Amino acid sequence: MKQTFNEIENLGVNSVGIVTVISIFMGGIITLQVAYNMTNPLLPTYLIGLGNRDTLILEFSSTILALIMAGKIGSNITSEIGSMKVTEQIDSLEIMGVNSASYLILPKIIAVVMMFPLLYILSVFFGLIGGMIVGPAVGAVTVTDYLNGVQYLFNPYYITFSLIKCLVFGFLIASISAFFGYTVEGGAFDVGSASTRAVVNTNIMILVWDLILTQLLL
Amino acid sequence: MIEIKNLYKSFEQKEVLKNISKVFNKGETNLIIGRSGSGKTVLLKSIVGLHEIDRGQILYDNRDFTSMSTKLRKKLRREMGMVFQGGALFDSLTVEENIRFPLDMFSVLTPSEKQKQVDFCLERVNIADANKLSPSEISGGMKKRVAIARAIVMNPKYLFCDEPNSGLDPETSLVIDELIHSITVDLQITTIINTHDMNSVMEIGDNILFISDGEMCWEGNRKDILHTENQKLQEFVFANKQYQRIRDDKINQ
Repeated sequence: MKQTFNEIENLGVNSVGIVTVISIFMGGIITLQVAYNMTNPLLPTYLIGLGNRDTLILEFSSTILALIMAGKIGSNITSEIGSMKVTEQIDSLEIMGVNSASYLILPKIIAVVMMFPLLYILSVFFGLIGGMIVGPAVGAVTVTDYLNGVQYLFNPYYITFSLIKCLVFGFLIASISAFFGYTVEGGAFDVGSASTRAVVNTNIMILVWDLILTQLLL
Repeated sequence: MIEIKNLYKSFEQKEVLKNISKVFNKGETNLIIGRSGSGKTVLLKSIVGLHEIDRGQILYDNRDFTSMSTKLRKKLRREMGMVFQGGALFDSLTVEENIRFPLDMFSVLTPSEKQKQVDFCLERVNIADANKLSPSEISGGMKKRVAIARAIVMNPKYLFCDEPNSGLDPETSLVIDELIHSITVDLQITTIINTHDMNSVMEIGDNILFISDGEMCWEGNRKDILHTENQKLQEFVFANKQYQRIRDDKINQ
């Protein structure tokens, strides 16, 4: 239990900063892109807010964030467990009679699966804030129109859909990274290689599952 | 007492250990010696079950470790302590937390009883003032002492040490050797040490097994070793000029 709370802090709470920064920029950039593509003067500007909202909710705050988190959290998990493996710390746990896989990996999976949906909600929120700052700043949309767009034709199922994706992505990030760390053999170089392989494989699996879940759930 | 009978171990096609049989006695420092790559670490890790053996038997006080279920093995492992070559201390914990770790996982002691046991172990290995430091802040010799303290904190019946003197200066090596030897005698436990350090052999070698290329070549004690007729053991022992001189002096006398 204590280990799980440590992992929640290490893998989840410590990611709040980077998620906030990334999300503000992500929301701002999406707003600019939507505004840039709305060349027809008959289209109402509040659609910029709507476009930003749906892009963030459906894809960017879940999938893109998962790809980024696979790099941050995933490489952290692989290198931590991998280093423990090559320095015989895992053997040491086994000798004490501790189930090392359960002790080291399970709290990480629980922590990431629990925290990823929360990071997603945070990302959507700050993404919308980012759009609200950048849109009016470049004169593409007023704050009032942007906020109207954000609330226009809102479908709550999109949130449910993305939260399901987040649970799956969280599991993929923690379990694939832990697998690569736990099975590493050799030294520091091999831990580095394992981290790279973990991130690449996690990214591919995230995209594959994004496709599957989108087809199944939307 | 630990007894191994006709032990074989191979990795893929390569046979690393061939037909090794030996009894390791309680209350004695049992040494496994041999050149680097001779199979010492594989033998030690096979005895503790970190490597699955191909054939043979490992008996802990007549309890057959090889045929035990995973659950029983885990239970038996709580009677073991092991000092790894690099210490294998947990980086995220302080010295004191490292030593307390097995107690937190398995003992039913109260927090004050745990602290008393940790303090006892810290004093036993003479590092009481380093309890709040992290492993990255202490020297190699101190890491070995912490590892020994962690290995004995659960009062094990069996202590395993994989090259406890590697990377240490001769003086610290001697301190570590004496520490392991005194713990073995005082607590009456079965200790097996992997080493290629001849100073350790001559200081604490109560019961010695020499292996070469995965085969058992010689067994005896530190008194016998200088008079050995075994060619491979002679090459190993007298590779050290100091021991060559001791032998030559004895012959001249």
